Formats: sequence, structure tokens, C-alpha cells
Amino acid sequence: MKKLAIENVDLWYNDFQALKGINMDIEAKKITAFIGPSGCGKSTLIKSLNRMNDLVEGCKITGDIKLDGESILGGTDVNQLRKRVGMVFQKPNPFPMSIYDNIAYGPRTHGVRSRAALDEIVEKSLKDAAIWEETKDRLKRSALSLSGGQQQRLCIARSLAVEPEVLLMDEPTSALDPISTAKIEELVIHLKKSYTVVIVTHNMQQATRISDSTGFFLLGELVEFGKTSDIFSMPKDKRCEDYITGRFG
Amino acid sequence: MKIIKTKKKPLDLILLLFTWLAIAATVAVLVMVVGYVLMNGVGYIRPSLFAWNFTTENQSLMPAIMGTLMIVGLALIVAVPLGVGSAIYLVEYARRGSIFVKIVRTMTETLAGIPSIVYGLFGFIFFGVFLGWGLSLLSGALTVTIMILPLIMRATEESLKSVPDSFREGSFGLGAGRLRTVGRIVLPAAMPGILGGVILAIGRIVGETAAIIFTLGNVARMPNNLFDTGRTLSAHMYALANEGTHPGEAHATAAVLLVVVILVNALASFVTKFIRGRA
Repeated sequence: MKKLAIENVDLWYNDFQALKGINMDIEAKKITAFIGPSGCGKSTLIKSLNRMNDLVEGCKITGDIKLDGESILGGTDVNQLRKRVGMVFQKPNPFPMSIYDNIAYGPRTHGVRSRAALDEIVEKSLKDAAIWEETKDRLKRSALSLSGGQQQRLCIARSLAVEPEVLLMDEPTSALDPISTAKIEELVIHLKKSYTVVIVTHNMQQATRISDSTGFFLLGELVEFGKTSDIFSMPKDKRCEDYITGRFG
Repeated sequence: MKIIKTKKKPLDLILLLFTWLAIAATVAVLVMVVGYVLMNGVGYIRPSLFAWNFTTENQSLMPAIMGTLMIVGLALIVAVPLGVGSAIYLVEYARRGSIFVKIVRTMTETLAGIPSIVYGLFGFIFFGVFLGWGLSLLSGALTVTIMILPLIMRATEESLKSVPDSFREGSFGLGAGRLRTVGRIVLPAAMPGILGGVILAIGRIVGETAAIIFTLGNVARMPNNLFDTGRTLSAHMYALANEGTHPGEAHATAAVLLVVVILVNALASFVTKFIRGRA
């Protein structure tokens, strides 16, 4: 079943065209990976899926992106959209407040006030992000006291706390060490039971390890898109083959 | 193990010497000023200097202390919301690099550089004469408000800009609107810098004489209402020193002024720590 449909999307940053005629369907409760060299448009596309590109000056988008068949462009309530389509960023970005308040920020934003409900959400989110054991005794401590890998899992927990349907991850492990990366990959595989995950990665091994489908981007075009096993074993496009075999990029 | 002695280059030594001299000179000047004020002033501080009323026999500081606190309080009540609000608009809402932002920024910078006597004249003519408020608490407070507005605006702008965009992205990414993002994430993170600006602003008000004398007046009495005249500690000092009859009391006022400034700074840094501790 498709969760997100990207239809004929062109995107400009002022005069520069960053995405060219992208068409792709993103399956529900699967992990879709976007790969490609820097500047190929993969981050731009993922940021379009929850309209984070709105924050960029001079960004213009045409075509359509549909979530459960409904367009998210135009007059959509972006705050509601971002609640449904959560995002984890490249660098862990916990807020300068306690671990508890970091997780509770999202639910509070969307009107959860009762202490008991918040306590429950915080515990559940931290458990789902596999960081509960490390943090349960210090929920009142500053989130900045955590290590980089822990901070990133905290940020994942923070996204989960608003019960999104889709989780966008923009190179979530590129700033982390191998052990933290392994933990996050394990977590992401676990998360697809309940969430649709889209992940941008520079790391091709990561794409093969965790994703179900992979899209290869180059210079703003979606060159090849299909099952991860197919893309990596028998790429149809020469450019895709050159990239995944490490000839460039 | 042989310890290798690195030979110091002559240029290094000269630079080191220079920085030492610079710090020594700075500290010496500070110590001299503070020491001089305290030595000459503390001896004249006596309980009667804090009597409620100023009389010819007893040059009480109380009306001036109260006048200072009132002017500072009133000016901050008006200037902080306005200054912080404008800075939030410029940094968080206005399109980055727009002409409007540039014009406003140039204007605030210009305002910050104008000598205070100009503000005094303006305040006198506009608030005192044109609006008919005369020499009053309100004229004085609003005049210094205009003076400190650019200070607070600039400090707030800079500290808002220094809040990493990743915080804003994180908040927007969770579906928070701009108002909530600014109020809950950006402002608390920027608070220490904003308070720094407020401290500077308080310092500027407390140290002001020219603009105050032109707008608040320089009458040694406790202002009873917004349209009453009065004086601040600096103006009081000016008056005492000018009359030349009470140099000791003038120094005592300076000592009290110093203590007031230190207390205000301590309070502000305590507030900053408190806010940081909560964050």
C-alpha cells in the first residue's frame, strides 16, 4: 500500500532547479532509502515531504505530493502535516532542556496537558527509541548531557512522541560512531513495524542493511528506483551501477 | 629523559609583555577609580543620608535612589517589550536581508550613537513642551526608553541570531508553529544575551545625567506620581558637585551608585543563571 505519492515534482531554489520531474511511490510500513552523491537532491526531496523546505527562502515547488491520497501542498496545515510526518535531522538537535521536556515538547504542542498522560508518552517514546534504560533515572537532567548517539535516539524518541505516521530521517547516522550507528539501524528496522520510514543516507551499506526500496538520485533526477536487493545486485542504469560500485560519488 | 627547552622568540616575549601591560593598566585604572570613590565617599555615608526627605541641612540620597529606581523600572517596562519584540520580528519573522530590515538596523545603530544631550533636548521639547508633561517622571522615563531601545534591540537580535537553526528546525519538525517555537525554544536559549543587553541598558540609565536633567528635572524630592519631578543619583551627584558645598556627600552618592550598579548586575546574573539552570 502506498503511503506517499510523489508526482512530477520539480523544485527550484530561486533559479537553481534542485529536483527534476520526480515520480515515486513510498510504501507504507517499509523503509525507503534515498542514495546519491552530495547535491543530488535527496535531502531536498525528503524535506519536501513535510514541507520543511517552506523555511528556505526562494524555494518553489510544482507537481504534487500526496499523503494517503491527499495533497500536502498548497493550503495544507503544515503543523498538522509535520505532526503526521516526523523528522530526524542529520545532527542530533535536542533542545536545551531536560530529557523529559524534550520528549514532552511535541505532545504539549499538540495540546496534551495532563501529567499522567505525558509521563506515559515519555516512557513509551523512550522505550520505542531504545533509550529508556539509559535515561529513566535521569529524566530531569539536561538532554545535552547525553552522548551524540544517545542524543540522536532521544531525537527519534521526540519525533515518535507525537505519534507520526511517517518518519523522515535525513542522514541520521552521519555524525555518529559505528556503535551508535548500529544501534540506530537496529532501531529503524524495528520501527518499520509501526511507521513508514524514509531515510537519506550516504552510506550504501546502510541502505542495503536496512531498506526495502532504494532510490538513486543524481543531479536532481531520480535515476533508478526499485527494490533494494535489485538495485544493488543488478542496477539497470550505468550511472547507478558506477555509483554503487564506488566509481564516483 | 632530556627536557628540551624551547627558545622563546623575541616577538612572543614582546607580545606577552604587551598583553600583561594592557591587563595591568586596565585593572589599575579600575582599582583607582573604585578605590578613590570609596575612600572619599564611604566616610560620609551615615544613616541620615537615607532619610526619607532631602533638606538643606541633610542632603538625603533617598529621593534620588527612589527616583533612579523609578526611572529604571518605568523605562524597562516600556523598552524591554518593545525592544525584544522588534528584535524578534527582525530575526524570526521578517524576510532575511530585506530592505526594511536593513533600514531599521541602520536606524537603530544611528540611534545608539547619538549623544545623550540630543535625547535630552528631544525629550524636553517633545514630552515636556509639546505634550505638556513638563519636567516629570514620565518625560524622563520615556526619554531614556528611547535611548536604551537600540541597545536592547541589538543585544536581543544578536542573541537570537546565535541560537542554532537546528533548534528551530527541531521544533518546526514536530509541528510547532512559529509563535511556540520562538516562545518556548528560541527565547529561552537567547535569554542570557538578552539579559546582558538589559544590564547594559540599566547601566546606561543609571549613568545618565544630561538627558535626565532636561526631562525629569533635578529637584531633590520624591516623585509622587508620573507627572511629578525628581532626580536620579547621577543628577544628584551632579547637583552636589556643581554647588560645591557638599563634596563629601557627592562622593558618598558615587559610592552608593557603585553599590547599586553592582547589586543590579548581581541580580541580573543571578536571573541568568536561574534561567539557564532550568533549561
